[in-house]
Amino acid sequence: MVPLSWYLILAAALFSIGLFGVLSRKNAIAILLGIELMMNAVNINLVAFWRYANPTLMAGQVFTIIVFAVAAAEVAVGLALVISIYRRHNTVVAEDLNLMKW
Amino acid sequence: MTPQQIIFLLTAFVAVFSAVNVVSTRNMVHAALWLIATLFGAAVLFALLEASFIAVVQVVVYIGAIAIMFIFAVMLTRRDIREGGPQHNPGWWSAAVISVLVFASLVVVLSNWSGFNTVSAPPVPEDSLVLLGKALVSPDAFVLPFEVASVLLLSALVGAVYVAIGNKK
Repeated sequence: MVPLSWYLILAAALFSIGLFGVLSRKNAIAILLGIELMMNAVNINLVAFWRYANPTLMAGQVFTIIVFAVAAAEVAVGLALVISIYRRHNTVVAEDLNLMKW
Repeated sequence: MTPQQIIFLLTAFVAVFSAVNVVSTRNMVHAALWLIATLFGAAVLFALLEASFIAVVQVVVYIGAIAIMFIFAVMLTRRDIREGGPQHNPGWWSAAVISVLVFASLVVVLSNWSGFNTVSAPPVPEDSLVLLGKALVSPDAFVLPFEVASVLLLSALVGAVYVAIGNKK
């Protein structure tokens, strides 16, 4: 069987790559792609803990499904915002959007 | 090495390679396609963990809905993506340092945890899908988070339509 540590290290690596994407990318859609990577890493962790701790308790899988729902909601609102901003300001570069910067 | 470990290593390599491409490639359409490869890798891992329902939902919801929505959004905002210009902020190296530090500290914290080297796992019950369905709707389990998630999805749907439709006069 695959050791639990392999899953945890893989999830940590995916999370860090997603974090790098969120912090370094200019394009707002690319930032959302990075957030998706991070949520995916969390899902892998949740399912791995469910499998290795106690598979008769379904908490890990239930929380994975809730993370799916949250990810879908976040992407829907995020992309709607990006498209709306693109229509008004003709840009998707995150640092150009300083309308509310004081 | 068992076959499962070989499958895990191959999948992990593909997933990490495509994740690196998601955050580094210039072309946003390619980035979205690489994200699909990473999500497929995660679906394989879910199948390897014997979470069959999660593996199917991963393909249907993440790849079938979320990734396609990303591709739509990239194409709708295409004019703005300057293929020639830099795609990363000037301080991207500090972002890389922070990410490496987060990864290192996560691994250190996890390796100090007693359950880190768990190799064997209890068998999955035959009717794990039935258990999952019951856990989602039973009042003494997760019915409240489940309902809150559905309200969240509904409000996100209404909000997304309101924001994206703009104010047409």
